[in-house]
Amino acid sequence: MELFLFVVFSLITLVSAAAVVWHPHPVKSALFLIVTFFAMGGLYLLMQAEFIALMQVLVYAGAVMVLFLFVIMLLNLKPRGEDRSAFRKRLRWAAPLILVFLGAALTAVTSPLAQLGPSAGQGVGWVESQGGNVRAVGRALFTHAFLPFEVTSVVLLVAVVGVIVLAKKERR
Amino acid sequence: MAVPVHYYLIVSALLFGIGVLGVLTRRNAIVIFMSIELMLNAGNLSFVAFSKALEGLDGQLFVFFVMVVAAAEVTVGLAIIVTLFRNWKTIFVDEVRLLKG
Repeated sequence: MELFLFVVFSLITLVSAAAVVWHPHPVKSALFLIVTFFAMGGLYLLMQAEFIALMQVLVYAGAVMVLFLFVIMLLNLKPRGEDRSAFRKRLRWAAPLILVFLGAALTAVTSPLAQLGPSAGQGVGWVESQGGNVRAVGRALFTHAFLPFEVTSVVLLVAVVGVIVLAKKERR
Repeated sequence: MAVPVHYYLIVSALLFGIGVLGVLTRRNAIVIFMSIELMLNAGNLSFVAFSKALEGLDGQLFVFFVMVVAAAEVTVGLAIIVTLFRNWKTIFVDEVRLLKG
């Protein structure tokens, strides 16, 4: 059953990711990207990472994609689109590069050197004893990852200020 | 039946490859940006898979921070694209050739 759900979610992820790249219309690319993010949320749920799955749906499929669609709407592009024959030409020389990369990655992943065992972490029982994944992650965020957690607020503040500076009309 | 971690890593590698393909082949700045998001998500998937394999939570904390930085990056990047469009009246990156001379 778990394998079946994994195959379903990963097929949805990969097919809609390919559609994001392939589709000529940016709005439809964005909609396929939302499908990709939802299916990846399913993959995270299969790995018992409930907190990450929730953040994936809320932050990526919610906030980030709304921002993307908002900008696409704001720019209101002319429907002339891209040159598809040039796209296919670039695809022809880019595909071998990707195949080399995938070959290297798959060799690394399936080599016997990459066999991992439970060694570094706190163990599954520890997460259970904390009262579930969300509580365990929250407790870790507010204890031993507290400083980076606070620094993220500075990162977001810098982003907000930067966006305001960039988007402001120049005064003459 | 549990799914081996390898399978998640293979999906992650394929997703990253699709993202690289998008950056290399598309010329619409917004679609290039979406492909970058795909690559970031492939990295996140690897993090969570390793976190499961090592039975720890550190990978999931990393994913949280990656998501925060990605959200900040999206806001700044889209603002840059809006500024680009305002100045050049295009978002196709092969028409913006200021450095090409």
